[in-house]
Amino acid sequence: MTATLIHPLAGFIEKTFVITEFELRKLRHDFTELVTRALQPALWLLIFGQVFSRSGAMHTGNIPYLDFIAPGILAQSVLFVAIFYGINVIWERDLGIVQKFLASPTPRAALVLGKGFSAGARTLSQAAVIYALSLLLGVKLNWSPLALLNVLVIVVLAATLFATFSLIIACLVKTRERFMGLGQVLTMPLFFASNAIYPTAIMPGWLRTISHLNPLTYVVDALRTFMLAGSPSTYGLSRDYAVILLTTTILVLIGARLYPRLAT
Amino acid sequence: MSDTVLDIQTLTRRFGTFTAVDAITLLVNAGEVFGLLGSNGAGKTTTIKMLTTLLPPSSGEARVAGFSITTQAVDVRRAIGYVPQAVSVDGSLTGYENLLIFAKLYDLPRRERQARIGEALEFMGLTAEGGRLVGEYSGGMVRRLEIAQSTLHRPRVLFLDEPTVGLDPIARDAVWKHLVDLRTNYGTTLFFTTHYLEEAESYCDRIAIMHLGKVAALGTCKELEASLGGGGHTLSEVFVHYAGSALDSGGSFRDVSAERATAQRLG
Repeated sequence: MTATLIHPLAGFIEKTFVITEFELRKLRHDFTELVTRALQPALWLLIFGQVFSRSGAMHTGNIPYLDFIAPGILAQSVLFVAIFYGINVIWERDLGIVQKFLASPTPRAALVLGKGFSAGARTLSQAAVIYALSLLLGVKLNWSPLALLNVLVIVVLAATLFATFSLIIACLVKTRERFMGLGQVLTMPLFFASNAIYPTAIMPGWLRTISHLNPLTYVVDALRTFMLAGSPSTYGLSRDYAVILLTTTILVLIGARLYPRLAT
Repeated sequence: MSDTVLDIQTLTRRFGTFTAVDAITLLVNAGEVFGLLGSNGAGKTTTIKMLTTLLPPSSGEARVAGFSITTQAVDVRRAIGYVPQAVSVDGSLTGYENLLIFAKLYDLPRRERQARIGEALEFMGLTAEGGRLVGEYSGGMVRRLEIAQSTLHRPRVLFLDEPTVGLDPIARDAVWKHLVDLRTNYGTTLFFTTHYLEEAESYCDRIAIMHLGKVAALGTCKELEASLGGGGHTLSEVFVHYAGSALDSGGSFRDVSAERATAQRLG
């Protein structure tokens, strides 16, 4: 027997990164996914952003609308990639892959979190595209290494959060058809009930209340603070980080509980 | 006396009012090749899912390699290998990578990993294909890779759910040759389900025929044939006798479509 005694937490972290590593290896074998995914944020920024910035319809205080929307589009890209992540899990269930991993001694939470992190890595190409376009369009970016590092961490955490949410839905509905339907239904409210493309100040009261319960709002707030030069946080960075980390942790724990359902 | 590696006691699983597995009791010895036969919906896959800890039993208990499936699930998982009926290797990774991830998940010591993976690939006749994407493999190669993957950590019991479904006769023979070698070289106990009676006849030490969630018959092939009395019975007559007519109502739409999808992917 090769059972070695490893501290449970060390084992959990190690297994999480093993899962992430192999999700990323898959990406290395098929690069086209990264390229096609980079197109969507480019269209939002170039078309939607340009048009609304000209119309002057949005009052975004002392930052130009294009600057305002660039971090919002990054958050949106993260959301769109991550929210459909569960479809991969359903696919792996229709094959026998999920069952085989569940029959291995890997901690369930490591299977869930490892996949979530890999969704984060998948969104990094979009982040690069958004930074490049923002530079071209004259958005005043904050290039300090600490700010860039924070953007990276928030992007990966946000992707983990929404990918895990998506995985939970996949565990509940189990079929592709139902999942796609639900994914569409959930994406738009999450996106529009947030501060991604307009400030919450212009929202009607009820929507503003909802937006304050939406984790995407805090993701956008944190991204806006770190990505732009001279844009203070609305809710405070510690609250942003706390909401993101706490929500992710809770979702990973729920996901770990539900994941074994896929094998039945 | 040989050791018991599988000790199943009145194991039961209900789905709502439907009893898929009905209080089965079975003992399997270490190193045995044990075949579970039965028509679609007889409860074979549900039994395997309980023994591999994927599905909790409604009542009853089983010990796998000495560990309880209900209270020592993680120990059970370390002691077993599992080859599900559907394709369980990842087509977008190479054969080598598919083995490497499991080497890591099962905590094979770093310095042994390469040797073990090399050995497993060689054992299954896949050394030349290790660097290729599994998406390009043939059905027989996929199955052999799955067996390599689930035996990398030298499990005491290997569970296989219809290991040769969808394979042509040559690929089936190759898969079986490797499975028999596993038992010979490592003493691995093989517990598998199949629809192919001739496979059960050629390779099993003992057979259990399941019908409507119960073990309808148990014994060696010879014993089962003799049990009908009168002599000269074939295993297929035995099967029909215990498992009812071949035109059964068993097997849900999902089971059947999953099985056909597997056959299509492998074939």
